[in-house]
Amino acid sequence: MTDLMKRAGDVPPLVIENARVVDPSRGIDAAGAVVAIGGVIAAAGPDALNQGRPDGAVVVDAAGAVAAPGLVDMRVFVGEPGFDHRETFASASRAALAGGITTIVTMPDTQPVIDDPALVDYVFRRARDTAQVRVRPMAALTKGHGGQEMTEFGLLKEAGAVGFTSGRHMVANAQVLRRALTYARDFDALVCHVPEDPDLKGSGVMNAGDTAVRLGLSGIPAEAESVVLARDLRLARLAKGRYHASLVSTAEAVDLLRWAKGQGIQATAGVAITNLTLNEIDVGGYRTFFKTQPPLRSEDDRLALVRAVADGIIDVVVSNHDPQDVETKRQPFAEAADGAVGLETLLAAGLRLVHAGDVPLARLIEATSTRPAALLGLDAGTLRPGAPADLVLFDPDEPWVLSEEMLLSRSKNTPFEGARFTGRVRRTVVGGKVVFDRA
Amino acid sequence: MTTTAYGFDRRHLLGIDGLTRLEILDLLDRAEANVEIGRQANKKRDSLRGRTQINLFFEASTRTQASFELAGKRLGADVMNMAVASSSVKKGETLIDTAATLNAMNPDVIVVRHHASGAVALLAQKVDCSVVNAGDGAHEHPTQALLDALTIRRHKGRIERLTVAICGDILHSRVARSNILLLTALDARVRLVGPSTLIPSAFRDMGLEVTTSMREGLKDADIVMMLRLQRERMQGSLVPSVREYFRYYGLDQEKLAFAKPDALVMHPGPMNRGVEIDPLVADGPQSLIREQVEMGVAVRMAVLEAVVNGRGDSQEGTA
Repeated sequence: MTDLMKRAGDVPPLVIENARVVDPSRGIDAAGAVVAIGGVIAAAGPDALNQGRPDGAVVVDAAGAVAAPGLVDMRVFVGEPGFDHRETFASASRAALAGGITTIVTMPDTQPVIDDPALVDYVFRRARDTAQVRVRPMAALTKGHGGQEMTEFGLLKEAGAVGFTSGRHMVANAQVLRRALTYARDFDALVCHVPEDPDLKGSGVMNAGDTAVRLGLSGIPAEAESVVLARDLRLARLAKGRYHASLVSTAEAVDLLRWAKGQGIQATAGVAITNLTLNEIDVGGYRTFFKTQPPLRSEDDRLALVRAVADGIIDVVVSNHDPQDVETKRQPFAEAADGAVGLETLLAAGLRLVHAGDVPLARLIEATSTRPAALLGLDAGTLRPGAPADLVLFDPDEPWVLSEEMLLSRSKNTPFEGARFTGRVRRTVVGGKVVFDRA
Repeated sequence: MTTTAYGFDRRHLLGIDGLTRLEILDLLDRAEANVEIGRQANKKRDSLRGRTQINLFFEASTRTQASFELAGKRLGADVMNMAVASSSVKKGETLIDTAATLNAMNPDVIVVRHHASGAVALLAQKVDCSVVNAGDGAHEHPTQALLDALTIRRHKGRIERLTVAICGDILHSRVARSNILLLTALDARVRLVGPSTLIPSAFRDMGLEVTTSMREGLKDADIVMMLRLQRERMQGSLVPSVREYFRYYGLDQEKLAFAKPDALVMHPGPMNRGVEIDPLVADGPQSLIREQVEMGVAVRMAVLEAVVNGRGDSQEGTA
């Protein structure tokens, strides 16, 4: 973490003027400016230039574009160590910054699994040496993702792990999850879990329903998610720990979360941007880039998820960036690996919900920045004076079409190939320094 | 040696639960008198001469069994050790059958340790002699609590208003339960310290101070009582590793410094050095761990004598 301080030390002041400043942490959505000095926010909002521009400042004319806290992507798979051919910290960093993401929270599903303080330290060192985006690793919830023995939450947290996750795996043993939630309480650690029962999922490869039947693919019922989520929420109540469902995909899960929050259970949830903007019909051509975990669900599910994001039942929206190579994706649908890249499309795809009138812009920024930062205790997701100057400048109305060769990610498995977007990142700032500039 | 009408006059000692403050103090006073006997050249007394004591240990024990054996012998009793490994229990005999068999040998007192909570009370219902609980499951270990109290009282001159921090695996500890009952009965202030996975939340509901921080728990403590952490707990996902446990809950000099400068350190043994306690602390000047062993014999002499001569109600109703 000291690397970022060092980097921030020698940056000139930065002024972004003529911006629409959106800062959900302070309820600001107004024309104004952002001033950063020494890598931290000095002022942001309508009155930010009351003190004038600091001497020697780099001045950016936003021309009416939105200035918001940089996105905090809570679920990012990077290939290092072990799968460097899919994504390195360097390539993930470039992709993230192009997408307006200033902090990536990395998953421990590497080779080896990040389950030891020395490995957390390795991630920090690699990130310091090769990445400009801020990298905040999550550690594995159980040793080797084995689902049996919990990891050293205390020592891992001291090493810098920001949360504990089972990654792609379900913790089948309820007693283990219960104890992990109990133990996590002592360290105020967040326990993240994907509610997906591997047995109910079985050989399923897409959402169960008409489309799966028509395509001749075996289906994954919504219950593979809801049965586990219902269990988890009760375990969170029993253990009084902080539980986060990393990804939900069904209307039924939304109902369960609404119930849990009404009960005062400390439960939060995330959703992948793909589940908010795509549905099972997209699988139609057996296109493996649409094969994800959890699967793309029905349109009714999608609409329920969008409403849940709008009203805060779902707290966080993530890219669920999961780079896969040709070897794992150029396969028959049923045999291909799950996963889609998403760092570069999280914001643009999210803006579809804004333009459709389903989710207010401030709420989108909150769900992709302010809220995940708060859940993980990160000093990010805000333009409050004194916070690190991590921000994104984007034109919410610029139309563009995505093509594979634009992607900076080392893997190209995007479900948005050829997609039309409205809204594009212009600049990304980390620690007061412009680290991405589309100009 | 005040055996008043309010003193301990029971046939069994099954737990601290249900004992009055005066009964506890009576046992401590009697034990106190035994300490000197153990330090004399001639340690033999004859108050239990001709009596038969059976030590029935269903769970392996070195120190507790030796302590009870020595206590009985010093009082002149004939002591027989039933090692379970070589007994009919291994051949499938039930606890009740074993009790009936032993009862037919007309012992005067049976000292029982069993891995199941409540087993000692059950056995007490089936025999005609006195029964002393030497530890049943995670329930009680009354003589340990008594010897701890005696050790504390001899050093601090009192129990009441002392702050005692009991640290570690409270969940599985019969020592902790007996100590909590005894110390609160004598008006000490008891704190429980350990990871949430090892402290049943019911203790908090019962009004005890519970904390997960050694710094908080040891602050101004007069007594720091460490508990043994079984290595099996690592597999059960209650604690992730020895190094993490030691980091946050192992008593080293740094953590001991949170307590009062004259705080005393106790451990019921056997210790896991480097797991729950640093060897430097275990063998340091504030440690009472060896003295606890000495007090164990004195307390068990008092208890054996008391139950064999006891006429009053047993504690069968405690469970």
